Amino acid sequence: MRVSEEEVRRVAELARLAFSEAELRQLAGEFNRILEAFAKLNEVDTTGVPPTAHVLKVKNRFRADQIRPSLPRPEALRNANAVKDGSFVAPLVME
Amino acid sequence: MKFEAVIGLEVHAELATATKIFCGCATKYGAEPNTQTCPVCLGLPGALPVLNEKVVEYCLRAGLALNCRIADFSKLDRKNYFYPDLPKAYQISQYDLPLCRDGFLTLASGRRIRITRIHIEEDAGKLIHSPEGEGYSLVDYNRAGVPLIEIVTAPDLATPEEAVEFLEKLRGILIYLGISDCKMEEGSLRCDANISLKPAGAKHLGTKTELKNINSFKALGRALAYEIERQSELLAEGKTVKQETRKWEEAKQRTLPLRSKEETQDYRYFPDPDLVPIELDPAYVAAIAASLPELPEARKRRFIEGYKLPEYDADLITGSKHLADFFEAVLKFYFSPKAASNWIMGEVLRLLGEEGLTPEALAVNPAHLADLLRRIDAGEISVSQGKTVFEKVFRTGASPEEIIRAEGIRQISDEARLRAVVAQVLQTYPQSVHDYLNGKIKAAQFLTGQIMRETKGQANPQLIKELLAEELAKLRP
Repeated sequence: MRVSEEEVRRVAELARLAFSEAELRQLAGEFNRILEAFAKLNEVDTTGVPPTAHVLKVKNRFRADQIRPSLPRPEALRNANAVKDGSFVAPLVME
Repeated sequence: MKFEAVIGLEVHAELATATKIFCGCATKYGAEPNTQTCPVCLGLPGALPVLNEKVVEYCLRAGLALNCRIADFSKLDRKNYFYPDLPKAYQISQYDLPLCRDGFLTLASGRRIRITRIHIEEDAGKLIHSPEGEGYSLVDYNRAGVPLIEIVTAPDLATPEEAVEFLEKLRGILIYLGISDCKMEEGSLRCDANISLKPAGAKHLGTKTELKNINSFKALGRALAYEIERQSELLAEGKTVKQETRKWEEAKQRTLPLRSKEETQDYRYFPDPDLVPIELDPAYVAAIAASLPELPEARKRRFIEGYKLPEYDADLITGSKHLADFFEAVLKFYFSPKAASNWIMGEVLRLLGEEGLTPEALAVNPAHLADLLRRIDAGEISVSQGKTVFEKVFRTGASPEEIIRAEGIRQISDEARLRAVVAQVLQTYPQSVHDYLNGKIKAAQFLTGQIMRETKGQANPQLIKELLAEELAKLRP
């Protein structure tokens, strides 16, 4: 499997990343080298091996439904670029 | 050409847990913005989610009540998209291995509506858009991470009425299960609808549209009816329906296409590496199944069989858990099921309606209504006096006894005394007596009114009716 520069552009768009043509070319090359490495895995015979959803053996890790203190609001808002009325300010988004 | 509608629903219900799905932040509705957040639900780097056990339990309750198959193995996945209400730029949801699958809910007609799946996921934050032209949105992450279940039906609903009935029944079940308060006005119950049309009898499905922003049962019915009409017109003109998401505009009572990107979304789902899989022990699932409360249908049957209520009464009262609980609480104090049912369907719902309240807001002490029914049956007060007293009970919370004493309300059932009043009134209004004897039955109403006036409204109405008939009969030539 190989990816084209066009596919890299589409993935970048989904991730809200902007790249120049040169960068897209470079990334496509790097992606393809990574994919080639993964392609080697396809040579392994996996007949009868169940699909893996998770690499850890751990299952069923739950917490009790008990309230713990939340962050003080100034602390929660500390990383915000802008704050208004106790809220994060984001550029206008309309559906 | 005649068209048939094919409708499916996607329902989101906020679960009534104390804390969020992956962290210990409170889920209280209406808190000051961004006061119920922490590194996990703000998506700060390095914070790790841990699944709330109650969320799994509540989802299983819903699944079992809706006749689903419960997965023995399930996992959580990341759904990636960019929107400021989502601090991590992905929503933790379930993709291919939901907790529950293949259930159904039966409508009153006996039609089974299949439920494709029920899965757990986290809610997003809330955006408040700035006034026109100011170009910003305020983001409140209190709701980010509040647990939801998403219930997806098969496209089995055929009319807007069926869709509304399904949603009402579903809401009743979720409330009876105690897993969601299902307040559409607060957004704890939300519903999207998919709808397409096909020629009557055809097998293949037409192109569907997805309807969003439906925020009441009425809106669901109207949005679907509007869409059926819109799509029918297009198809009748030989045009095609465009597959798109449309928004219901309550103010204009119409659907409009949402501005959408030309490219289809690609959520790039993958298993969340921060969360481990869920493997359900059959014994645990069986214990939850055994602990399910009585559901609306079963309660309705019990009301019909046990209390001999007409189906109409039983359906209406069990339609609200709160109302049905109130009804049974009244019976504990005074066992008169049909009278209690009449009062609930009549006075209770009337007064709630006047105040614009839902049955959940009913605050009357059931002992008070029971006491009132007992006094009416004992002849102490009349039904119409009872209604006056009940309105005061409803509005003030005072007991019937206090109100009856304070207002001097009583009923005169002394036959000799009332017969004297009747005789006196007949003497005072000979013209009405004459009219009555000449076939103007309505004159009796006037005479009854005068008797009531003479007794300051305290005469026993049933007794007055009998005495008046007797005295008038005596005057017949």
